[in-house]
Amino acid sequence: MTGNGDRHAPPARDQAEAVASSRLTARGQALSKLLPGALSKFRPTVGAEIDEVTCLVGREWVVDVAVLLKSDAALAFDYFRLLTVVDYVETAREFEVVYHLYSLERRHKMALKTRVPESDPWVTSVSGVWRGANWYEREMHDLFGVVFRGHPDLDRLILPDDFEGFPGRKAYPLYEYGEY
Amino acid sequence: MTARVPGAAGSPQTLDMMVNMGPQHPATHGVFRMELAIDGERVVGLIPHIGYLHRGSEKLCEHEIYSQIITLFDRLDYVSNFNNELGLVLAVEKLMEIQVPERASYVRMILCELNRIASHLLFVGTFALDAGAMTPSLYTFRDREMIQALFEATSGARMMHNFFRVGGIKEDVADDFVVRVDRLLGELERGIDEVDGMLSFGEVLLARTKGVGVISGPDAIDWGMSGPCLRASNVPYDVRVDEPYCLYDRVEFGVPVGTQGDSWDRYYTRVVEMRESVKIVRQCLAQLQPGPIMAQLRRIARPPKGEVYAHAENPRGDFGVYIVSDGGERPYRLKVRPPSYCNLMPLRDLVVGSYIADAVVILGSLDIVLGEVDR
Repeated sequence: MTGNGDRHAPPARDQAEAVASSRLTARGQALSKLLPGALSKFRPTVGAEIDEVTCLVGREWVVDVAVLLKSDAALAFDYFRLLTVVDYVETAREFEVVYHLYSLERRHKMALKTRVPESDPWVTSVSGVWRGANWYEREMHDLFGVVFRGHPDLDRLILPDDFEGFPGRKAYPLYEYGEY
Repeated sequence: MTARVPGAAGSPQTLDMMVNMGPQHPATHGVFRMELAIDGERVVGLIPHIGYLHRGSEKLCEHEIYSQIITLFDRLDYVSNFNNELGLVLAVEKLMEIQVPERASYVRMILCELNRIASHLLFVGTFALDAGAMTPSLYTFRDREMIQALFEATSGARMMHNFFRVGGIKEDVADDFVVRVDRLLGELERGIDEVDGMLSFGEVLLARTKGVGVISGPDAIDWGMSGPCLRASNVPYDVRVDEPYCLYDRVEFGVPVGTQGDSWDRYYTRVVEMRESVKIVRQCLAQLQPGPIMAQLRRIARPPKGEVYAHAENPRGDFGVYIVSDGGERPYRLKVRPPSYCNLMPLRDLVVGSYIADAVVILGSLDIVLGEVDR
């Protein structure tokens, strides 16, 4: 995995252009128009990736945004699909936390994103909003060392309790390890 | 785990006993461990422990080219290998905007639906074992073996097929494929009816599973459950209907739902689902036409820079793949949404308050595969 620097940088393209050139469905188009107004007080950056609406917010707002996304009748994101951390430490010294959400009621989907610096990686926990986020947050804390503030129990989940280091990170070696 | 709980009025105070179930236990279906706190026969606390099978699959994927990742996906949910492979190739194809030839899509659907039946047959057999019935597992393993034999004839392997490719399938199916699958479907229908008649409405199974491990629809949604476990709680969510992939919009099938959300509903939803899968395969066979099986591509897939989330309906539920590509031939980041991981999350809520023997039935009814829970 060697490559020039900016190939690995988080996407920072023109968001309006991204929406226009994407393959959003009619529901996705409607959602991308709805989101900037509904979340205006959190100053979101709304964009698109292929057929998914994306929305970038500050990490301190994540839990408030989550509450709004779930409770607002027009948004109604009741289904938590997936939580991911993407490691951009090499180029941007930060992690990107991605929440894939779905609405079983409205049948639309989105990816909520936030960025946390490597030096102090924390984000507010959404496990109180969707219980399905509980193990994902523990797993991502386990593998990447991102702290989910407000999580009821951030113990190691899939690694042994006395494991050292965060093996999900790019900086963690793949082959140079001893037998556990 | 040895907290003091007040006993019933008039009875002496008792201490909870801690029982360790797993990771080497026949009823945990793999290397899953739970710490149970029990008060007499009642479960009063549960701590699940996973990770015994963690192989770092997602990190390994970052170091392999896409065609090599297919073999890693075979080993996630190791009883529905075709469905896993499909999730990956769908994601890469979506990212690269590849149009898959129709014949390849139909063959994929046939194999995936047969794999769904094989997986559900395994579930029915082991679930009956969990509830104390030995015989059904012998019948379902017999039927499953017929499907495995077809898979072996098609892909060369009983389980780790490595058969789907980005843009199509590895090689065309044999000349007698349609005849063979058609004959197999008849035998499967007979086998499903047989085990259904033997087990489903038996007094003992009903007593062991009715009203055991109940979860309501809204709770199941909040926990992110999917597949038969969610549909048993009367939520008709199926990726094949919601966001059709392959050519599922060209076949007709029903989405069975339960009413109570108990262990029996989770069991019976799967039994009915097997019959729907048979219907899908029949329609695919009728629509299967000769033609190319691979899209015209360069040998090594190199998707453009971007992010994609694609998902498919696995036997266990909504199987998602999230790929971040930097334009190279290896993914920059790959994350799997394993359905049985999400189905396992509410285990504590389901089990606490029931009898210790019911814990085995409830865990069995969730039908977890630790290969994909731990990855």
